[in-house]
Amino acid sequence: MAHSVRRDAPELPDFSLLKRLARDQLIYLLEQLPGRKDLFIEADLMSPLDRIANVTTLKQHDVDKLYKVEHKPIVSTSDQLCFLIRPRIKTVKWICDVVNADKAFGRFRRYKIIFSPQKFYACENLLEEQGIFGDVTTDEWSFYLLPLDDDIISLELPEFFRDYFLEGDQRWVRTAGSALHLLHSVYGPFSKVYGIGRCSKMAYESWREQVEEGEQRARQAEIGNVFLIDRDVDLVTPLCSQVVYEGLVDDIFRIKCGCVEFCPDVTSSDKSIKVMLNSQDKVFNEIRNEHFSQVFGFLSQKARNLQTAYDKRSGMNIKQMKTFVSEELKGLKQEHRLLSLHIGASESMMKKKTKQDFQELLKTEHSLLEGFEIRECISYIEEHINRQVSMVESMRLLCLLSLTENGLLPKDYRSLKAQFLQSYGIEHLLTFSNLKQLGLLVEQQPGETLTVMESRVGKLVNDKTAGKLTDAFSSLAKKSNFRALGRRLNLVPKSDEEYDLRVPRDMAYIFSGAYIPLSCKLIEQVLERDGWTGLEEVTRMLNGHEFAVTAGSNGSDARVKTDSQRIILVMFLGGCTFSEISALRFLGREKGIKFIVVTTAITNSARLLESMLDNHA
Amino acid sequence: MMRGKPDEDDYWNSSKFKAFTFDDEDDDFTRLKESKRAVNSIRSLVEEEDEEDDVEKVSWSGEPVGSISWSVKETESSIRSTGEVRDQSFPKIHTAPSLPKNSSGYSLSSLFKGKAKTGSFQSFSESFGDPSIRNYAPELRKPKSEYKDYVSDWTPEETVKRMQQGKVYSLEKFRSLQDKLLLLDEAVNAHDGNVITAVLIYLKKSLSKEILFRELITREIALRHYIHYLKEIGEQKLLVELFKSMDRTEDMALMQYRDHLNVRDENKRRDFLKNCLSFPFSPDDATHVQDHYTLLERQIIIEANDKQVESSGQADIFKKYPRKASILNMPIITTLYYSCFYHYGESDGTFSSPANIRKTFRISDKQFLLTCLGARAKLKAWFDVDALFTTKNWLGYTKKRSPIGFHRIVDILQKNNAPVQVLQDYVNLVEDVEQKISLAQKYKCHDVIINTYRDLKDRQQLIVYRGKVEKGSSEYRKIEEILSNSQLRWKN
Repeated sequence: MAHSVRRDAPELPDFSLLKRLARDQLIYLLEQLPGRKDLFIEADLMSPLDRIANVTTLKQHDVDKLYKVEHKPIVSTSDQLCFLIRPRIKTVKWICDVVNADKAFGRFRRYKIIFSPQKFYACENLLEEQGIFGDVTTDEWSFYLLPLDDDIISLELPEFFRDYFLEGDQRWVRTAGSALHLLHSVYGPFSKVYGIGRCSKMAYESWREQVEEGEQRARQAEIGNVFLIDRDVDLVTPLCSQVVYEGLVDDIFRIKCGCVEFCPDVTSSDKSIKVMLNSQDKVFNEIRNEHFSQVFGFLSQKARNLQTAYDKRSGMNIKQMKTFVSEELKGLKQEHRLLSLHIGASESMMKKKTKQDFQELLKTEHSLLEGFEIRECISYIEEHINRQVSMVESMRLLCLLSLTENGLLPKDYRSLKAQFLQSYGIEHLLTFSNLKQLGLLVEQQPGETLTVMESRVGKLVNDKTAGKLTDAFSSLAKKSNFRALGRRLNLVPKSDEEYDLRVPRDMAYIFSGAYIPLSCKLIEQVLERDGWTGLEEVTRMLNGHEFAVTAGSNGSDARVKTDSQRIILVMFLGGCTFSEISALRFLGREKGIKFIVVTTAITNSARLLESMLDNHA
Repeated sequence: MMRGKPDEDDYWNSSKFKAFTFDDEDDDFTRLKESKRAVNSIRSLVEEEDEEDDVEKVSWSGEPVGSISWSVKETESSIRSTGEVRDQSFPKIHTAPSLPKNSSGYSLSSLFKGKAKTGSFQSFSESFGDPSIRNYAPELRKPKSEYKDYVSDWTPEETVKRMQQGKVYSLEKFRSLQDKLLLLDEAVNAHDGNVITAVLIYLKKSLSKEILFRELITREIALRHYIHYLKEIGEQKLLVELFKSMDRTEDMALMQYRDHLNVRDENKRRDFLKNCLSFPFSPDDATHVQDHYTLLERQIIIEANDKQVESSGQADIFKKYPRKASILNMPIITTLYYSCFYHYGESDGTFSSPANIRKTFRISDKQFLLTCLGARAKLKAWFDVDALFTTKNWLGYTKKRSPIGFHRIVDILQKNNAPVQVLQDYVNLVEDVEQKISLAQKYKCHDVIINTYRDLKDRQQLIVYRGKVEKGSSEYRKIEEILSNSQLRWKN
């Protein structure tokens, strides 16, 4: 693929269809409870709902008042209550309390729970145990996929990461399979599926079974190939500071469901503004994938152009002025508004970052990635902890240290942990236990010499046995093997070479040229090789679970290279970052292909680590 | 974002809760046609139960009315007429179970395949090949008529499949331990966490916990689902028993320790933590938990005392800097900072003194210095700051020492708005000359710069610097003076 002639990238399929599907189904479900009703909505379902429906739609279907689920007694006077929730025990418990309180009060109402995207038996069991099964009707709103942009689709399930990777609960595996099935039905049939990771494998199987269970119509495929990847294949990338514009905005202001709230500081007014960030925003679209250092230059150039466009007015006669006002002015004003917003955001981010010595932080991160001056990095982290600077940031650096170094030396682990607990609270013992369980922050085991032994034994016996041995070893200590992977895949370019961020030469530009994201590199390699051949050593270090399958038994027929073959759907199980999406967009431009990113949620280092916290009741 | 339609405004006014907005999007119903087409292709999404499985389903609604429901109904009927595309099917990949399926050593799945309506004869004969199995499956020998009362007669595999599809199923017939375990293993093989948990809920109800725990030991995946389920429904006690039975004592200890977060009252929390001390933590964690208890115990004492002192208005420090929050449940370092702020100079016999806290919680020199420095600098107690670094040798000479680089100290002082006179003392202590000059320039410590250039005998730089300071100022005069000093031997 790399050396084929670069063609124009194909058009992306229209994903707005997914929104209409979800909306229609919701309306159908609301009609299942005829008459006026109050609707209680789970807090984190509100933004996704915002993207597909509006109050008018709900009101047209007899929704009277809207409430946010707050796990408190309710004040509704309606005779019918409808709950639109995620299938969470905590929320269902609350509903049980509401219903039982009504019963105790002798109050009769009708209740309906709509679980999105599906219900769980554990929730229904709770209804049964609380004696309200039957008093409450339940339904499922199969709202699996929310298109956030032309090329980003989210399942909006941030809990996927913790549930699967920390707790080992596979409740969302089928959900992922169903989401794939939906995409396959509407935009497929897919012809090839690649993947890596245990969860990816299971999601693939679940999807395949659902395809077999259902029927399918012959249709022209819009998406040809699929790549599935588990988040724990690459935990380093989401823990790095983001320096590409969109990623940086997410790190600092937190983009929620494609929307960001800019504080008064940015808007230079007395109130904050909510702004949609997607390809519709022309200014944003041009800078979202740029390294932050390039953004200022771009914005000021843009501002100058705008000035020139405005200045045209001066020499105009009445007629020209009329055309100008009716045709150009609106666009210019719009651009003006966007431009000033993004300039404000850039300034504010700049200020925040200089205040916290961003350069030094980045330097430490890059040293960790490179494996250079580790002792200095450790004392930097130590001081970071001592000064009680941001807890999550300290934890992030500790995890990066552990992941890149295959764990901390016992002496370092003990001392850093003790200092962390002193600075941020002893209850973080629980957090450390979680981080250890997931393999994010571990102590090197004395048996770490296994690595050496392993490679020696590996040379003596044949490959198959070596594979088995590796399995045995890896179960002893889950290792990230970051250094070896980095060398093998050239993830960390030599630091002495100049890297021109204006003209990026590879995906490393998203981290200032210091590191090519492992996740994206794997995708590139597999697509280039059309499979995992030649990557055996890499997959072995990643704990295996790789696969590549082709549709139909007679897949050998020379497939026509249609456009759909150059549209690749990449599904991240456990979340992906905006930086990774930028890297894939870059790769797509280089290779003349288009990537569609499907993710269980957009993540970043803070979200990922906050999901590991256990320090509140 | 929201157009102010009058009826919507009404709505927002009437709602007592915080409103949120929906972006108006074009809800053109003619487009419904298109989405309907798409709905057609995804059968399982909107489909109801299969008719033959339709059992009592409680529903408030009568007939669904309106265009949407009608369209969905039509969807259903059109689904059945769609043609099949079989050549697009994907191969199955081997998803290896991460642990051996069954601890009992023999597989019983074949038995149940034999019992199924469309059972495979191959496995049936297999099961007869092993005579010992019959003893473990006495039900097989019962006459078929006895099963009539069962709602269903599905194999574990079929049952799991039906559960995945949300169809009617029944677990009651899985009564023998073997049947139950087969069902569990089948659920695990299907990789569907929802079904695994459902089966576990059934096993929890129908097996004694000892037996269930014993069987879960060898079933890692099921075990993790069980633990997560118990955590979610808050069955703390059972979870503790589970960990205990599995000898996972550290998990057990942490699990119980976690509960302190639910204890609001500080005295009760302290007692709870005291109780935690006996739990089997790892040696390191045991120390931390001990610290936690000691910390809260002292915080309670300090809090009670300071609250009283503050309200009585006895101490100046509290009048000048009223406390913003209570010290209860704050981290150790925050407590140390508090003590350096309000209790500096107390004898180390008192719980609230910095020295006592430092000793009790084994705080490193570096950490102690950083915290103390922050607190004293905040109070602008420059004399205390000075004393922190001053050491006397046996001859009585004093010298300034620091476990962290003086450039850092300068940084911290500067962030606390230290005046130039204070700053320059510390800038002077920075060893690296270049770093010293750059810091001095950053914070405008003229004396340091001038003296350094003089010591370096760098006439050129001094002349350059003269151009930067205000003409006629004291710095300017000082430079003039040095430059005109004929005693100095300049290097340039």
